[in-house]
Amino acid sequence: MNLRFFYYFGHYLLFMKSMISRPEKTNIFFKRLSEEMYKIGIGSLPIIAITALFIGAVTTVQTAYQLVSGLIAKSVIGTIVSDSTMLELGPTISCLVLSGKVGAHIASEIGNMRISEQIDALDVMGINAAGYLALPKILAGLLMIPLLNIIAITLSIYGGYMAGELSGILTHDEFIAGARSTFKGFTMVFSTIKAFTFAFIITSVSSYQGYYTTGGALGVGESSTRAVVYSSVLVLFFDYILAEILL
Amino acid sequence: MIELKNVDKSFDSKHVLFDINAQFLSGKNNLIIGSSGGGKSVMMKCMVGLERPDSGHIVFDDRDILSLEEKDLRDVRKEIGMLFQGTALFDSLTVEENIAFPLEMFSKMTAAERRERVNFCLKRVNLENINSKYPSEISGGMKKRVGIARAIALDIKYLFCDEPNSGLDPITSRLIDELINEITKEYGITNVINSHDMKTVFDIGDHIIFLFQGRKWWEGNRADLKHAQKEIKELDDFIKASYFE
Repeated sequence: MNLRFFYYFGHYLLFMKSMISRPEKTNIFFKRLSEEMYKIGIGSLPIIAITALFIGAVTTVQTAYQLVSGLIAKSVIGTIVSDSTMLELGPTISCLVLSGKVGAHIASEIGNMRISEQIDALDVMGINAAGYLALPKILAGLLMIPLLNIIAITLSIYGGYMAGELSGILTHDEFIAGARSTFKGFTMVFSTIKAFTFAFIITSVSSYQGYYTTGGALGVGESSTRAVVYSSVLVLFFDYILAEILL
Repeated sequence: MIELKNVDKSFDSKHVLFDINAQFLSGKNNLIIGSSGGGKSVMMKCMVGLERPDSGHIVFDDRDILSLEEKDLRDVRKEIGMLFQGTALFDSLTVEENIAFPLEMFSKMTAAERRERVNFCLKRVNLENINSKYPSEISGGMKKRVGIARAIALDIKYLFCDEPNSGLDPITSRLIDELINEITKEYGITNVINSHDMKTVFDIGDHIIFLFQGRKWWEGNRADLKHAQKEIKELDDFIKASYFE
């Protein structure tokens, strides 16, 4: 493995460590936290809602297309839509979308502050710039992304149900019966654990990329791209690791 | 007063500052001059704590900032104001919020007291009624003045100005110079200005340090500069290249 990986991983850990300090003013910290929660949570709601509704709808239609045998009950479609949504489509697809939306935004915002000396201004004032800028974003992500995941799951299942009902693939009762038949509480716990992990990856990797932006406007663009690519790849990697460990 | 003792700084194999010894006097405009790449910015960054020298001491009124505990260093930093080359105003905050930022962070003022202080600082830099504007909505000269207002919002003892005239027209440049000079004298601040604008040097420079290739080449006051120019070729070349007589 390339030794540069260890250099950057160590650098990333030091960045995370540098954030841990008592905020200068608690009320300012909570104000910043609530602003970031609004930006990440409410700001991402439309794209998450649209993605989830269509993924659920498409899953229903494509599952029905693959069920060519008349021996398989149509309620299986409800089972497949709900389970695959909770296990994979909800957290993973939502977080891949959020890697692009939230990750790029965080990296470009912090990166722009770096190249325009705003981070230097915070340092000169004696403010822990990493803690002031990145910590509220990471905490906001940890609080809001799991909530967005729950909304995504709900809307995705609803999208699947609506597609089945409107196209006449299966009835309301068949869908609900299928969705309930194999439901396990742990599936939601697992989904939430994934959302927490992905939230941390997206916000911390993007903050790190933005914080160490070099160069001018081009550097900001490069940081944003790296933030999206690295967090997407890490989301997929940890998706597999968590499935191996917890299922 | 700020004192640099045997300050050395390298980046990897590139030696940028060589054994710098200098004094920056209270209530004076202390100018660091020299051509680009001569070490001015690195020297200022070392003084404000954005870079750490490899060796030496940087003493702010008997406090060596390189050996202070983090808490004590923060106390020193609260006494520092800085005007950045690109102003470094927070673009997501309004003018009023920018100036109130250090007050909100470090003072116990109420919102009304903060607003009063912001208006006082804005008035001091000859700006009014722009409280609710964002930095992107004001001119370059106004941004510099807002930068100065933010720097003096707290009762600072040290002001650092990195290329305060860069990107400004000659008339606005002179206004900024006058403003910096007035504030320095009025509050008795130790002011360190990084510049290669010789008009600034001759107009407001009380104490001047000429850096050449990372070394302190000459140090003196404005009155000595013309005489030194005749004796030091590098200083003469630098002044002549600025087309200012």
